[in-house]
Amino acid sequence: MPGQTISEKILSRASHSTDVRPGQIVDVDVDLLYMHEMLAMALLPFNEIGTMKVWDPDKIVVTLDHWVPPPTPEIAKMHQTIRDFCRKQGIRRFHDVGDHGIVHQLIAERGYAQPGDLVIGSDSHTNMVGAVGAFAAGIGATDTAAVMATGRLWLRVPETIRVDIHGNLADRTGAKDVILKVIGTTGDDGARYAAVEFTGSTVKSFPMNERFVLCNMTTEMGAKVGLIEADGVTKDYLAHAGVPFRPIQSDGDAAFSKTYTFNVDGMGPQVACPSNPANLKPVEDVEGTKIDVAFLGSCTNARIEDLRIAAQLLKGEKVAPGVRFQITPASQIIYRQALKEGLIEVFLDAGATFTSSTCGPCFGGHLGTLAGDEVCISSTNRNYSGRMGSPQAQVYLASPWTVTASAMHGEITDPRKV
Amino acid sequence: MQTRFQGRVWTFGDDVSTDHIISGKYLGTTDPKVFADHAFEAIDPTWAKEVQSGDLIVAGANFGCGSSREQAPIALKTLGISAILANSFARIFFRNAINLGFPVIECEGLRDRVKSGETIELDMARGQVRLPSGDMMPCSALPPNVLEILEAGGLVPKLKKELGTRAAR
Repeated sequence: MPGQTISEKILSRASHSTDVRPGQIVDVDVDLLYMHEMLAMALLPFNEIGTMKVWDPDKIVVTLDHWVPPPTPEIAKMHQTIRDFCRKQGIRRFHDVGDHGIVHQLIAERGYAQPGDLVIGSDSHTNMVGAVGAFAAGIGATDTAAVMATGRLWLRVPETIRVDIHGNLADRTGAKDVILKVIGTTGDDGARYAAVEFTGSTVKSFPMNERFVLCNMTTEMGAKVGLIEADGVTKDYLAHAGVPFRPIQSDGDAAFSKTYTFNVDGMGPQVACPSNPANLKPVEDVEGTKIDVAFLGSCTNARIEDLRIAAQLLKGEKVAPGVRFQITPASQIIYRQALKEGLIEVFLDAGATFTSSTCGPCFGGHLGTLAGDEVCISSTNRNYSGRMGSPQAQVYLASPWTVTASAMHGEITDPRKV
Repeated sequence: MQTRFQGRVWTFGDDVSTDHIISGKYLGTTDPKVFADHAFEAIDPTWAKEVQSGDLIVAGANFGCGSSREQAPIALKTLGISAILANSFARIFFRNAINLGFPVIECEGLRDRVKSGETIELDMARGQVRLPSGDMMPCSALPPNVLEILEAGGLVPKLKKELGTRAAR
């Protein structure tokens, strides 16, 4: 009998089976359920199911991230409802406004997810958390309600697609450029229903912040989960949170449904053009495209390392006249760190605007949305029409390097030329 | 469970995302009417007014890609769309729709054989679609565990039955 992939190992354990295989339907015990404001939508079906109590308040994490701080009275009320629910249900790991973060980042940086865990999140980018070696999948409101009530969920065991990445990237090129290249090759449904496991020397050399970017955007390949084996880098990352480390990796003889091999030796910055994350061009092909807005934010690319890149380029420089450059950290912890390191002052001196952590601009919700005739370059994850505001707005997806260089020049700019 | 649906078709292309179906700016509420009123606004601002109860959606590949927002299938179900047939569905949209008791059926190639405004008939039990020409074409069967959820009217009624619970009021 062949070996198992990481995904199959975790699903076997969580379903109390010895040997699950792709295509099989399994009922799993959930180790961690996390939610943002979708909890408000899930309360309707949860109350209808009628268990009254959540299955285990200690296996639930809740934060507020989509609308922070609340932009309307209705959303302030929604936050109250969530706050009350968490208190009544005894959910201790509720991270309120002020202690908040974009939920995937909050889960990662606080060490709430561990290698081998079965993690379910009420958001499509839950895939990000798979970078620590967890099976982390996103679900909607009714499924969320079901997990809250029972702690269980049915899943189809996915085939695993291996993405093998080798080579040394060009200067000022990173994981965002790599994942855009991967999505541009597979298409935005190239891994529909599948688990995507990243391997190869380039991936192994990536620190955790870059690994999160890879797994985060497996969502834009249609994947159920993104995974990277838990190794020494993972161990060091989790150590700060005091998380016990269990290595997990695919067996040498595990079966992969498909293997993509990328040689990224010397590859430079990549850009996903309007209006599909798979509409890929090397930065050279879109250089000179005028922009109105640059956004550095979201669960994909707004970690401290991303902010340091922006500060490195902006130090002593200015944002181009007429360009709105917004920087929104992925969590309050990152906000504080940026403050400590003096990054915020660099941003403000350069004429950028810096906000509290929220998902707002990425999904066109609030705190920085786009007008119909605006062109934006963004470090976020999706650019379908209407994603960040008006359906007529044009959104280019790129790395923090490219976004910042473009903000400084008022047009899409190769960061290697800055 | 209703397994036959006859109705007028609205066609859409590939990669219809949840951002197309219901824009992020309308999610700051839990009122399904708001989602329904603004459905597909990014593609056609008048669509939600023109669609009628019993209409069907026929789309290309990867329908419902993007976010986990259940507001997307809620919007379409609230408008009375009886079923969605597409070459393929994004995984979270598919689960969300089934959980609401909303039929979503893979029917590879149908998109190229019908136009908006034409009438088709879906027979889920037989796994086929009657085209405007009268020809029949096969559609995919739902996996048994998914069909079970649909037959129960959605995940919530199924769970209530299994758990023997009643709604909290």
